[in-house]
Amino acid sequence: MLEKALHGNHRYWGWLAFLAVVVGAGAFFYLRQLDYGLGITGMSRDVTWGLYIAQFTFLVGIAASAVMVVLPYYLHDYKAFGRITILGEFLAVAAVVMCVTFIVIDLGRPERAFNVLLHPAPRSILFWDMVVLTGYLVLNLVIGWTVLENERNGKAPPAWVKPLILLSIPWAISIHTVTAFIYAGLPGRDFWLTAIMAPRFLASAFASGPALLVLLCLVLRRWGGFDAGREPLQALARIIAYALAASLFFVLMELFTAFYSGIPGHTEPFRYLYAGLDGHTRLVPWMWTSAVLAVLALVLLIVPALRRNEAWLALACLAVFASLWIEKGLGLVVTGFIPSPLGQITEYTPTGPEVAITLGVWALGFVILTALYRIALGVRKETEA
Amino acid sequence: MHSSRRDFLKLTGIALIGAAVPDALLPAGLAPAWAGAPGFRPDVRALKAARWGMVIDLAKCRPDCTDCIAACHAAHNVPAFGNPKDEIAWIRRETFGRIFPAQVHRHLEPRRQAGPVIALCNHCANPPCVRVCPTGATFRRPDGIVMMDYHRCIGCRFCIAACPYGARGMNYRDPRPFIRRIDPGFPTRTRGVVEKCNFCVERLAVGKPPACVAACPYGALTFGDLEAPDSAVRRAIAGRTVLRRKPELGTEPQVYYTL
Ligand code: SF4
Ligand code: SF4
Repeated sequence: MLEKALHGNHRYWGWLAFLAVVVGAGAFFYLRQLDYGLGITGMSRDVTWGLYIAQFTFLVGIAASAVMVVLPYYLHDYKAFGRITILGEFLAVAAVVMCVTFIVIDLGRPERAFNVLLHPAPRSILFWDMVVLTGYLVLNLVIGWTVLENERNGKAPPAWVKPLILLSIPWAISIHTVTAFIYAGLPGRDFWLTAIMAPRFLASAFASGPALLVLLCLVLRRWGGFDAGREPLQALARIIAYALAASLFFVLMELFTAFYSGIPGHTEPFRYLYAGLDGHTRLVPWMWTSAVLAVLALVLLIVPALRRNEAWLALACLAVFASLWIEKGLGLVVTGFIPSPLGQITEYTPTGPEVAITLGVWALGFVILTALYRIALGVRKETEA
Repeated sequence: MHSSRRDFLKLTGIALIGAAVPDALLPAGLAPAWAGAPGFRPDVRALKAARWGMVIDLAKCRPDCTDCIAACHAAHNVPAFGNPKDEIAWIRRETFGRIFPAQVHRHLEPRRQAGPVIALCNHCANPPCVRVCPTGATFRRPDGIVMMDYHRCIGCRFCIAACPYGARGMNYRDPRPFIRRIDPGFPTRTRGVVEKCNFCVERLAVGKPPACVAACPYGALTFGDLEAPDSAVRRAIAGRTVLRRKPELGTEPQVYYTL
């Protein structure tokens, strides 16, 4: 089936060429980073994780959200998702590849990455994250590929994939739970030290991932010659509405606990995010943008007339994606380091090379996604013809 | 040749020579390289303890003195990058207010709040940095010293996120050009790894106290076995009001401060 990725019109190749340029630029700056060290980024003594780890965290959510199409289709036999399940699974594959790439480029000594396998440390959450992410990648690749191959040959998928599909459902929950545990188990980082971290991660993931999927479906309808149909998009919109509402609710829970208890360690990071702390306000405009976008999107998704209008739906999905990217891909990681263990506030701004490398990894993910979608839709076209 | 490889060869070269000379003639910094290896014979002078700990007497520490920091950073080739973004420090001098924020109140004399307090790795008995390290590059020895293997560290910085004391530093760039005078008795680090205080394991192994303790002209630092009732550290805390940093986190710091 792979050969299908090698056939496409000039728009397909033009898009891939554009992505290749972005990947190339990222690779160029990554070579500079290898030479100079991570000091090329905006990370510092106090803020030791930045854009890379934040993207990783956000993308684990995108990967996990595939379960939102897999579960209704396979467990509840919700037929409308039949046409887009493969899109969800392949989105997960691309997202996990991006996650792993972001982890590796964040390492000070990437050539030693295999030390995690050579000297496994089961006490470390990072070890378990590696285990669940690898497993999830393999699961989605095998499931997606097998189902597609059989579809091409006009056969039902073999019996052995069904257990794998069922396994992939809790597995999706596990990848984002384990990722939350990276943060939620650290003494002294009060912003992250919250039992609601994993539920919060999952809620925001189940909003941002399906939002991206809706946008991808709309793009494919317009430019990719594939129509997912109205029904699955509307079902996704309802899922996004519920997940987004839960996500906002969880944030309000955090705010209540922090501010009603009044414990400085818990209020300070939130004050830094939404009001600024001791004159440090770099993230404030971002966080308010995120909040406004989230509320706006929720309204658009809840009002039936607006939700059913696909132009408004597209806008709502864009807003959800942007809002949650700011919350998780920007605010969540950096703010865990503010204030520092010695009470100092060091703000973080990514550098140009850091942004270029980040965009390069995203572009790499989209190359993989484009090729996988090309294959999936090529098979569809063949069988439908 | 890659620089870490060159260092490795240099070290093994010295080690081979070392095999032919009596232990007493060995450079101090090399002793830990063999610790635990088959056929390793510890130096007869090596200091041992059930649990190493340190007591810092705040009443004796002077605001105008940084001798302990200078001695430590010279002995361990700690780079001085000269900017806060890249800064690495095995010992740092901070204010009382920063190290003991829970002790600060509106009526604390400003002199007291701004008074000097030196801070280093606490060699926690329940160290979160060890718990989170995915490679075992950070580990705890049976005598309580939390140590690092700079050749195993992958630079993920999970340990920095986990340490509630800011005791760890990342080599965001090649540290060697920023070392004032390289002491060949201790390995330098490469870019991309984390480092921190090691309670001078290399000095303990040849019977010497930590460099900071030896350097303090006012006797403000005491080092010894916390499990031995008659040790210097136990006598230093007996009957005194003792502070430890953020004890509520359960990390069990083994560095004690007396007022
Ligand atoms: S002070 Fe920090 S680096 Fe030192 S043992 Fe404790 S947690 Fe680890
Ligand atoms: S940076 Fe090095 S020592 Fe720290 S957790 Fe990662 S591998 Fe372990």
